Amino acid sequence: MEWMDLGASDQAFISTLAARPETSLVWACFTCRTCTVSCPVTVVNPLFDPVKIIRKAAYGLKGAVLESRELWLCTGCYACQERCPQKVPITDFMTLLKTIAFAEGHAPPGVRLQRDTVVKGGGRIYPIDDFDNKKRLKAGLPELPVSCEAAAILFPGDPAADRPEPETSERKHS
Amino acid sequence: MNDHTLRSKYSLFLGCTIPARGRNYEMSARRAAEKLDISFEDLDGFMCCGFPVRSSDSHAADVLAAFNLALAEQAGTNVCVLCSSCGAQLMEASHGLKENPERLSRVNESLGRVGLEYRGGVKVRHLARILLEEIGTGPIADACTKKLEGLKVAVHYGCHYVKPSELHEDFDNVEDPSSIEKLVSLTGASYLDYEGKKLCCGGPALPVDESAALAVAGRKIGAVSEAGADVLCLVCPFCAVMYDGNQKTIMERQGLDREIPVLYLTQLLGISMGFDRKELGLNLNVVKAKDVLGRWF
Repeated sequence: MEWMDLGASDQAFISTLAARPETSLVWACFTCRTCTVSCPVTVVNPLFDPVKIIRKAAYGLKGAVLESRELWLCTGCYACQERCPQKVPITDFMTLLKTIAFAEGHAPPGVRLQRDTVVKGGGRIYPIDDFDNKKRLKAGLPELPVSCEAAAILFPGDPAADRPEPETSERKHS
Repeated sequence: MNDHTLRSKYSLFLGCTIPARGRNYEMSARRAAEKLDISFEDLDGFMCCGFPVRSSDSHAADVLAAFNLALAEQAGTNVCVLCSSCGAQLMEASHGLKENPERLSRVNESLGRVGLEYRGGVKVRHLARILLEEIGTGPIADACTKKLEGLKVAVHYGCHYVKPSELHEDFDNVEDPSSIEKLVSLTGASYLDYEGKKLCCGGPALPVDESAALAVAGRKIGAVSEAGADVLCLVCPFCAVMYDGNQKTIMERQGLDREIPVLYLTQLLGISMGFDRKELGLNLNVVKAKDVLGRWF
């Protein structure tokens, strides 16, 4: 059993969330748990429970939400959002929480790497090389460019490079 | 519906996963499309759709999506996607930027650096939806001359092919989807229902927690096998990474013993259209489908 410490409620965090459209209906959640029973992740890992994250965020429990490893287990599948009787855009809200957690340095290494690969590494998550193009030609597929100059121009002096490192990649489960 | 003049012009958006890990998807999609007189523009400049950075850097995600949409707009085409996640990301940007002028101007500020501007008029469609809505079942059934009678297909819809529903204009029913099964039935194959048909492949959790992601995918492999399907059919390259690329690991971890070949919808259509194995990249599928498909080659 997990206790919520409402004394840790952070009003500034609530205000930050409240300013965003993804949050407008979060206060309407009446904890029916339709999201929980619809979630493909909860069934394999009960530590991830959408309703708990939503309620903690609504109470302003910033650390418990942003520093939790479980937040990142949300696959963004929209099963919960499609079914929520209160029309809370749960998936969009989870995405918002992840972007805030990322900006504050709490993202897992895999997510940071993914972002850096795309934004700093030439606009693709898997870069294309000459060998790929050889295989493409053999398969009758058109060649693809092996580099992309636009990415470096679109994201100059990438500010995320200066963002703080996460404390440790071995963050413990809460 | 087979009036060519009614059809939109599409550029083919491949994204990142298809060129790297889904050449079989691209090969079969291009062949099936050509057979149905769909011609694609290939635009050289396309980058990542932005989906992989959506949970980390929403501005970068917006800029990437708008960059691709602006290229298509400049070329005078709409966008056809093969990857459901690329589709949802580009659709979200296409809708969101139209509705929010402030967001659009912020994005255009960045695009200005590469001499582009997105005005907001590009339509984004998954190939499967184009097949149903713009080509129609009649011409597809006619092109599927080799009928795959007796083949039992389990369809995996995945998430972003139909969800979120408002972005997809409710073209299929989120809680009871049927569009892919309609297309599968045109090949003469039959489809069957199984537990958890609408569930996610788990893919986005892969860089975060491999064992959770594979456990999500594994439940479906188990259910499809139990339902007695011959193959699992899908329309997204990352779902294929999970079910085909990782199937061996999943089977070891879950103690499963019956392999389920995983085919792209376009491979299934392509077989029925009479293309040979190599033309459809079937040699690139990790779980080999030879045993179940042997009768048709």
